[in-house]
Amino acid sequence: MTEELTFEKSHPSAPPPRLPEAGVEAAPRLPANLLRKRPPALPRLSEPEVMRHYSRLASLNYSISENFYPLGSCTMKYNPVANEQAARLPGFAELHPYQDPETIQGALELMWRLERALCEIAGVDRITLQPAAGAHGEWTALRMIQAYHLARGEERSEVIVPDAAHGTNPASAALCGFRVVEVKSAPDGRVDVGDLEAKLSNRVAALMLTNPNTLGLFERQILEVSEMVHATGAKLYYDGANLNALMGICRPGDMGFDAVHMNLHKTFTTPHGGGGPGSGPVGVKADLVPFLPRPTVERENGRFFLDSERPQSIGRVRSFYGNFGMLVRAFTYIQAMGGDGLTQASKDAVLAANYVRKRLEGVLDLPHEGPCMHEFVASARNLAPQGIKALDLAKGLLERGFYAPTVYFPLIVPEAVMVEPTETESKATLDAFAEAVKEIVELARTDPDELRAEPRSLPVGRLDEVRAARNPVLRWRPDGESD
Amino acid sequence: MPYLVHSEEDRREMLAELGARSAEELLADVPGQLRVRGLELSPGLSELETMSNLRRLAARNRTYEDRFWFRGGGVYKRFIPTAVDAVISKPEFYTAYTPYQPEASQGTLQAIFEYQTLIAELTGLDVANASLYDGATAVAEAAMMAVVHTGRPEVAVHPYLHPEYLEVLRCYGQGRGFEVRQGLEQVGERTAAVVFQQPTFLGVLEDPQALTAHAHHHGALAVACVDPISLALLAPPGEYGADVAVGEGQQLGLAPSLGGPHLGFIACRQDLTRRLPGRLVGEAYDAAGRRGFVLTLTAREQHIRRAKATSNICTNHSLCALAASVYLTYMGPEGLRQVAEVSYQRAHALAERLSQLPGVELALPDQPFLNEFPVRMFHVEQSLKRLEAAGILGGLPIARWYPEMEDVVLFCCTEVNDLDAIDRLVEVLGQA
Repeated sequence: MTEELTFEKSHPSAPPPRLPEAGVEAAPRLPANLLRKRPPALPRLSEPEVMRHYSRLASLNYSISENFYPLGSCTMKYNPVANEQAARLPGFAELHPYQDPETIQGALELMWRLERALCEIAGVDRITLQPAAGAHGEWTALRMIQAYHLARGEERSEVIVPDAAHGTNPASAALCGFRVVEVKSAPDGRVDVGDLEAKLSNRVAALMLTNPNTLGLFERQILEVSEMVHATGAKLYYDGANLNALMGICRPGDMGFDAVHMNLHKTFTTPHGGGGPGSGPVGVKADLVPFLPRPTVERENGRFFLDSERPQSIGRVRSFYGNFGMLVRAFTYIQAMGGDGLTQASKDAVLAANYVRKRLEGVLDLPHEGPCMHEFVASARNLAPQGIKALDLAKGLLERGFYAPTVYFPLIVPEAVMVEPTETESKATLDAFAEAVKEIVELARTDPDELRAEPRSLPVGRLDEVRAARNPVLRWRPDGESD
Repeated sequence: MPYLVHSEEDRREMLAELGARSAEELLADVPGQLRVRGLELSPGLSELETMSNLRRLAARNRTYEDRFWFRGGGVYKRFIPTAVDAVISKPEFYTAYTPYQPEASQGTLQAIFEYQTLIAELTGLDVANASLYDGATAVAEAAMMAVVHTGRPEVAVHPYLHPEYLEVLRCYGQGRGFEVRQGLEQVGERTAAVVFQQPTFLGVLEDPQALTAHAHHHGALAVACVDPISLALLAPPGEYGADVAVGEGQQLGLAPSLGGPHLGFIACRQDLTRRLPGRLVGEAYDAAGRRGFVLTLTAREQHIRRAKATSNICTNHSLCALAASVYLTYMGPEGLRQVAEVSYQRAHALAERLSQLPGVELALPDQPFLNEFPVRMFHVEQSLKRLEAAGILGGLPIARWYPEMEDVVLFCCTEVNDLDAIDRLVEVLGQA
């Protein structure tokens, strides 16, 4: 089942929406050279047609509201509906960013309190709420670290990134003008301390790490790593993609991390929206505080204000004060959960991952020893004799009503299958998922061709992505107009 | 506890399956000295109490009737059709992940493909990406495209680009290692791009053809930062030959929300496609010949290219792009034109009325404008306070960015400002 595009459904007979008339004496026309010659070819559809179109598109989507999303590294947990209502309260949604700060005391208080709560969770001194997403937060943190070194008269040109890191880590470092140096993972899946030792020097500005790492393993030697890094004058950066494992258990700041980004759209339940908007606050220790983006939210005599007088600030990383609507949602979640709830959430996330991992023992390869933290990485290489790949397993899961785990990441595990169940899936769901994987592995043995033909019952079958990239069609064009 | 699903019995059963005596055993890799015993946060609350707290905080913010918003400066009050929120509130859209598995994500993918087409049509350019964070970062991304494309180390910026966009661009430039120059006098062979905003931050219209020609004369790219609603009336960047168009899409159906989340858009000429940051959706077919959509040209992106990616962007503002699509589709060409036209007409009526008040004059009387314009007035602070007391969000004083414009206030007018509201604004300002 596929759906025509709005442009294909468009028909000239659709009445335009009724809008007010200007009701004033006509102003002089603008000079002709400033005006548009041909109106944009927007579709013409009536409101009922618009609503039906998008309802049909919605029905073609899989979502966490419907079923399990075991995407490793993405923390697809339940998005509380109360968050949505809170963000839509007119007292939050209908605020202009340039209102007098005296008229937005409630909003500033919310930001101030959210910052304090995130400081407690991450073990840092101050936080900027400005970054719009995780990668934006990474880059913001690296900009601060860059400014810190420059302020000390040091030009450090390298950033060390593990071979298992998220792709955004090296991309963010490169965007800051750093040369990216890769550090290897040891056979147990953790950073190879010997290799790290060899790569550290006074050219290194920072080491970027996530802990638990992308294999879902806790970097046991983190305190040693932290000491090594700091001994060279470099900073330690925490990629917060995996923070859901640690709330109330331990804190990045206590491990020695100097800058920590958090994904409010992962750990703090703001929805993913089909790819955003998210929010990526960055927390820092005291010696990076002067470099925080401006403005910061401050409190004095019970009043809240925006402080732009920060001479060493790196400036702004986006307009206004961040994705405020997402901050409201995350704050609502933290209020509802409380410290005890967040701690239990992380413990349940770790339990669920270990449980699913156990259920898949002997079904898929498990290249690293457990226990894992909130996620684990399996490998589908045991299906290679049948010519079956991680991708086939992923499509088989789609056919059975589950979303697919993250596949082919991290890059250091062949045929990687990365599973993160989160704390909001019941035991029955986890069991059903493990059964589905077993069924697919069985099918791989008995009828691999059938498995390669899946999915069969979704709106479309496997799409030819290679051809799509070779001859990209990135927009609709009216008949007769070439791309 | 809210949102958690296991009973103690479930937890015991799962631990038993693992052969673990307690949940603590699973955390054995965490060094003891790092363990914290819980968090010093307030205890959890019922939904009733949580929402009551949130409502109390919301009530401590001042809101204004829509028709009394006369402040813009990058965020505008516009009519948002109910259809927009109805669509983006569908959990199938807002709780879906990035569409990495296309067979299960055709709704999101097709919506993005339609969005890319809408933005390309609006800007008159060939290709648009799936979205960026906001107008400011969109300017920065466009500048970085130009720096890489031309291999040149400087970006020249029109003096009245939104001051916060300029600040963000500088922050990116300092990291990436390119110089940002305010002013267009020194455009030359070191210039990668000329960046201008149409209308400018002050609301007035420049000659974009001349600015584009200036850029091209020196071998630089022309980057136009445009107001999407204005493009119903104004020449789009593609018509005057700009290479890249960017902008802020908040006006296309998004709530002001203290400045975010909003929508950055970017579009370019065909031959720059592979320099675009972020996601692109393209058409693809399955074995049965059915048309679908996939994320494509991913060899530009961070998860494939890592340090060599065109940008680090991963999560973008997909749901905001969906809102913009619904808005533009609802409006259609006539609706969008009507919105722009009514705003233009009412803003000009307001400008005329304001300029007749004693002590008030248009700051740039000879320059054409669309629906936002600078006004010079006596006693800025007292005047705005009087408006505030009357429940009116008056114009935006801009001295904080331009100290030489101490007495200048930027007023804006859209279709939501009805004639009564305009009368009331003029009346209160006239009471001096």
